Amino acid sequence: MTHRGSGGERLRAAFSDGRVALMPYLTAGFPTLDGAREVGEAYVAAGADVIEIGVPFSDPLADGPTIQDTTTRALENGADLDYCLELASGFADRVPVVFLVYYNVIFARGIEGFLESAAGAGVSGLVIPDLPVDEAVDFRKMAAQRGVAICPLAAPTTDDARLDRIAEASSGFVYCVSVAGVTGAREKLPPGSIELLRRVRAMASAPVALGFGISSAEAAVEAASEADGVIIGSKLMQIVAEKGPEGAARWLRGVREALDSEAWTKVGGRN
Amino acid sequence: MQQKSETGYFGPFGGRYVPETLIHALEELEEAYERYRDDPEFVEELNALARDFVGRPTPLMFAERLTHEWGGANVWFKREDLAHTGAHKINNALGQMLLAERMGKERIIAETGAGQHGVATATVAALYGRECVVYMGEEDTRRQAPNVLRMKLLGAEVRPVTTGSGTLKAALNEAIRDWVTNVENTHYIIGTVAGPAPYPRIVRDFQAVIGRELEFQARERFGRDPDAIVACVGGGSNAIGVFHPFVGRGDVRLVGVEAAGRGLETGEHGASLTGGEPGVLHGSMSYVLQTEDGQIREAHSISAGLDYPSVGPEHAYLKDEGLVEYASVTDEAALEAFVATSRLEGIIPALETSHAISHAAQVARELGPDKNVVINLSGRGDKDIGVVADAIGVDAHEAEVASGDA
Repeated sequence: MTHRGSGGERLRAAFSDGRVALMPYLTAGFPTLDGAREVGEAYVAAGADVIEIGVPFSDPLADGPTIQDTTTRALENGADLDYCLELASGFADRVPVVFLVYYNVIFARGIEGFLESAAGAGVSGLVIPDLPVDEAVDFRKMAAQRGVAICPLAAPTTDDARLDRIAEASSGFVYCVSVAGVTGAREKLPPGSIELLRRVRAMASAPVALGFGISSAEAAVEAASEADGVIIGSKLMQIVAEKGPEGAARWLRGVREALDSEAWTKVGGRN
Repeated sequence: MQQKSETGYFGPFGGRYVPETLIHALEELEEAYERYRDDPEFVEELNALARDFVGRPTPLMFAERLTHEWGGANVWFKREDLAHTGAHKINNALGQMLLAERMGKERIIAETGAGQHGVATATVAALYGRECVVYMGEEDTRRQAPNVLRMKLLGAEVRPVTTGSGTLKAALNEAIRDWVTNVENTHYIIGTVAGPAPYPRIVRDFQAVIGRELEFQARERFGRDPDAIVACVGGGSNAIGVFHPFVGRGDVRLVGVEAAGRGLETGEHGASLTGGEPGVLHGSMSYVLQTEDGQIREAHSISAGLDYPSVGPEHAYLKDEGLVEYASVTDEAALEAFVATSRLEGIIPALETSHAISHAAQVARELGPDKNVVINLSGRGDKDIGVVADAIGVDAHEAEVASGDA
């Protein structure tokens, strides 16, 4: 029964059961090769709807210090692409998996080869921080043929004309970047993020998720007023580093509960 | 492979592989550049400063003793080392500063390897009264301590970067991260012909003043185009600048010289074109030193400015099209050229430049007498004396120099 439907279908299903999708991130190979599996299991147990797996890259331009540190460690641990694919396949029949992967990792494997392996491992979608829509024209077609969804990023600095193209390019979800900046835990939800969510929602038929800097249940709930999903990365990686997978699961469960208790607001508010 | 609808490509190379947040700033920069590049007021301001502040045109000098030593073609130096701040880097920094000023950006950031671009950027920021932050690999802040001091004296903040090997690649990562975060009020003056479009083209155009002057000076001095032009290539800005007007003419042999470091066979080098594969780093598709899995490898060169695992995308194109030939020179050979040029010509060249000089000896011999080879003397080597002293065993307190071996 593994990997039924295309990646896009699996992802959309994760957003469709009336609650806000919880989308925790983990760096493949952090804190150790086995440890990353435990982190993923903890996420599933805590009620993750989508798991975002970061494929380590030596030069992660869009990432702040926390995620940089995890990818450096992961590379030292030997987390290569084959390991990442294997890690993904361990979860893909239970929860949709999205790869966060920098383009050179894809390009080095060969685009066709990469997409085939990703589809084979059950990866539903790809977030590629350094492949804006302009550079992704052919890539998108090739990914569609393999049933791998593209989840493009939208930023507060993106104008409406581009948002339109980004919305159209999305075959998974639109990944809204909460702030002009890199990944990293932030105290509060940046003020422009709700406005960005509204702008994207007005144009996109695909689900809309918010990421970069969500680090409390309150921020997640606030994001959920306009987002279909919340992506949490740096904060969880900090907790994993300090308290291990169980600590991350405990914290994530708290977010899950906060989101669920607010669910009626969202459904009532939007429909 | 990809759709090439815009002008930011050189064949399959170049492009704009950056986080979405930066696209708007790149479009804004492109617009500003298109608007001002031929604007008479802009051109006049740039030319006046190039003359009065930078000291252009830089001379074309006949290197008589090296010519005799090598016994081949006449050897000429295009003296970019005489430009203000001691290297060609000021040409681009100044041009971009004028653009930043017109775009209303209050804050300037830059990355630097050898420190020459950092010094040039700090210099133009001081001239225009702008806040300036320079990212520099921690290892490079040690190797190039005098330049750190110069930047600080000019009022810039130098932020040492400790990630990775603490060299130019890491400094670029941090500069881009800063830009993503402060994109509204900040202009990033990238120092070489790399990075996302439109940077490679803008930097090339500002550096092409070197080639334009050379074209004129060559006709004045020896009545025709040079038979060969040799320049070092890290990111490749001085090479693109001096080559640009001559590309595709067919009668001028263009030679780019990369850093072979400890030897190409050791894997410890900075020769992306000779020893790399196509890939994406820092916003553009080019040749990149990388593992099979697409992880970027650390480069190595004795010269911080060539210690970079990629190269400007136009060079990748020029290589594939056979319009420029690329060679590489080891640390050891560069050091020999450094010492030879100091002693025979009374010029201490930058270690980067020393790579070009070293290979030019071979080109001069291949060409033979009555031909003319021009070396782009991209920078002066004062900044390198510490590194060189360590490498060849010069002690300031002793009278004699130990023999040349390391």
